[in-house]
Amino acid sequence: MVWKRKIAYINLTTRKIATKLIPKKIRQLYLGGRGIDMYLLYNHVKPEVDPLSPENVLFVGTGLLCGIPALGSGRCDIAAKSPVTGAVGDSNIGGFFAPELRLAGFDHLVISGKAEKPVYLWINDGNVEIRDADHLWGKDTFETQDMIRDDNEDEEVKSLVIGVAGENLVRFANIMTGMKNSAGRTGMGCVMGSKNLKAIAARGTMDIEFSYPDELLDYCKEMNDMIMNTRWARAQSKWGTLIIYSNTNTTGLIRTRNFQLNRLEEGEDLEPENMDRYTIGMSGCYGCSVHCRHRYVLREGPYAPIFAEGPEYTSLGAFGTMVDCKKMETVLVANHLVNKYGLDTLETGGLIAWAMELYEKGIIDRKDTAGLKLEWGNEEVLFELITQIAHRKGFGNLLADGFKTAIAKIGKGSEYYAIQIKGMSNLHSDERPTPSLALNIATSTRGADHLRSRPAIDLYSLPEDLLKEIYGTAVSSDYTSYEGKSQMVLWQERLYAVTDSIGLCKFQTVFCAVHAPKWEEFAKLIQLATGMEFTKAQLMEVGERIYTIERMFNLREGFSRKDDTLPERYFKEQTPIGLPIAKGKKIDRDKFEKMLSEYYALHGWDESGLPKKETLEKLSLDKEPSHMVQEEK
Amino acid sequence: MQKILFIDAEKCSGCRTCESVCSLYHEKVCNPSRARINVAKWETAGIYVPMVCQQCETPLCEDVCPMHAIKRDEKTGAMLIDYDLCVGCKLCVMFCPFGGINLDAKTGRVLKCDLCGGEPVCVKFCEPEALQYLNATTINLRKRRAAAEKFSDLMKKMLAAV
Repeated sequence: MVWKRKIAYINLTTRKIATKLIPKKIRQLYLGGRGIDMYLLYNHVKPEVDPLSPENVLFVGTGLLCGIPALGSGRCDIAAKSPVTGAVGDSNIGGFFAPELRLAGFDHLVISGKAEKPVYLWINDGNVEIRDADHLWGKDTFETQDMIRDDNEDEEVKSLVIGVAGENLVRFANIMTGMKNSAGRTGMGCVMGSKNLKAIAARGTMDIEFSYPDELLDYCKEMNDMIMNTRWARAQSKWGTLIIYSNTNTTGLIRTRNFQLNRLEEGEDLEPENMDRYTIGMSGCYGCSVHCRHRYVLREGPYAPIFAEGPEYTSLGAFGTMVDCKKMETVLVANHLVNKYGLDTLETGGLIAWAMELYEKGIIDRKDTAGLKLEWGNEEVLFELITQIAHRKGFGNLLADGFKTAIAKIGKGSEYYAIQIKGMSNLHSDERPTPSLALNIATSTRGADHLRSRPAIDLYSLPEDLLKEIYGTAVSSDYTSYEGKSQMVLWQERLYAVTDSIGLCKFQTVFCAVHAPKWEEFAKLIQLATGMEFTKAQLMEVGERIYTIERMFNLREGFSRKDDTLPERYFKEQTPIGLPIAKGKKIDRDKFEKMLSEYYALHGWDESGLPKKETLEKLSLDKEPSHMVQEEK
Repeated sequence: MQKILFIDAEKCSGCRTCESVCSLYHEKVCNPSRARINVAKWETAGIYVPMVCQQCETPLCEDVCPMHAIKRDEKTGAMLIDYDLCVGCKLCVMFCPFGGINLDAKTGRVLKCDLCGGEPVCVKFCEPEALQYLNATTINLRKRRAAAEKFSDLMKKMLAAV
């Protein structure tokens, strides 16, 4: 039963390990996964600590429903103070690690301090060990996982690992498991590197028990059928997230050449159908019926042979549209490189695209780039820069510190061209025609980010009565409108916070599919799995609590309303091309500010974005930090 | 007609849902190490192969069992373990050439696929249809047809050339 699962406190400096049960009260307030991680982050990371110091704490959490055979229940949440933004660091990873951790007896890990030399954690059936990792240091993410399996003579060992980028403290280094699953955003791999922690390996054979196993089995089938009955999931099963490109590129919702155009001209080679040339089949995470990623092989060319998984729509933007590379093969090679080195695909592509525009504008030149010609569409330069960033060599060393530091070092008005919020790169999406999506990236607690609250279904222009049914209030079905969009963002924030906390896949709730499992279904799954009863309203309140404690963390770090904004170009430059609905659009500053105030009011925050006293009381957040779960002294 | 649990490894996406539903149905818990089916994975090569008891026509497990505890179910054709007779000697585990019989990580009992009495739960959950429960002859005809496509393509080309 979930109540038997423990939290382990691991201090890498003192090598002390303590374990504890997780109180039921915490489950009721935060469920698990991201929820409990955010609670722990607020409680255990002291204000203003350096993200790379031993005082920063790394949190790993499985979702409340981890292990059920439905809806991709293998999600794992990893958190710390972010070395990219200085705000909430939080990244969600699929694959098979989370269930293995739970099978090994643990739901949450709290990792503090810094090891004297490289180590990895070995977690097996109730025990946690700190092991030597000298032999793993310097190895890539794939080799590291294989070596840990070999060391333990067990093919079923699952690991979270960092590559050379994490070792070299690249600010946006990711954490990988498997061939493609990555906790990419906010630099969690950098935090692992700063602790000399190369990997966290788990292997378990302990039962995951449920309150009503027979009913749960039947309901899981029903849930899988529900998601597979959506067209979104069926398209995903065949093309993966690349399918989004066909729509967004046609419409003109994709940023190209950093932020100069909103559509990739002659970008046909990046159409998802072209993956037929390289795919050998699809691959799924634990408990997933959708299986949205390709297993692909590059048999020819200078970089062959490559076997890899993906690429996501994100990588198609990072190494395709944003840098004006028009060949699928470029994306496939670059995707493999970032995963091998352990770099966040999006931050890497976003920074390179920015540097290319600076080069074009003459803000930087070949002296700054150590001879590299940062020309649009030059794949050799792209691969070279990815390698330089991971190894902190040449011009790549400057980019390896992320937007905030690079902007400060380059100066000369370079900030204007940086498509980042709170220090983190935006997706290759252009939100100027879509105010709801713009509000989403402006307010996200972890910096420019589509996965915190994107109301992607706004793009479908759904009937207004259906939108009202979903969101509870009147919402315009016109995606270029500002009407009702603050409510959309708020609703999605709550839904995604709960999804990340029960540990299910966001693609299997209302993200791109309208008729996907959501509140009622989540409540029933929780009830059958754990016996805990929640109403829809109560679950929404849990989502609100999680989002608010993230907000409180950021406020404590000095973030405020001024940071909930968009890059200047969103307000100043119009979209140059696209279908009539997307062309000639920019964000209206007054309407945006009005929408932001509306959004604060819906949250029960004041005009400056501070949660009101009564809001905190209502959400039982007025006593935080309360340290309801803590290491016994 | 006898039905067979047919494995099409090329379609397997490696999600391991078969393992978790198998343990959930039989043991009322999710625990792949207590499942009767297992996906053998070479993750860094992208190869996934579901492995389960083949319900052999000449089962070695039946032959080596000193207690005659393994018998065929006339209805489904599955080889079933009679736990009242089984003494846990594990000879069946050692002799099965496919690893079709495994040990329950918790109880130490030997476990093998019983085809869920004729409605395999893993098949019901396998979305990519890497696992199917089919008539023996259907499988054969399907394979022949796939192989024959090569000839049929060739003949179409020849006809087009005329």
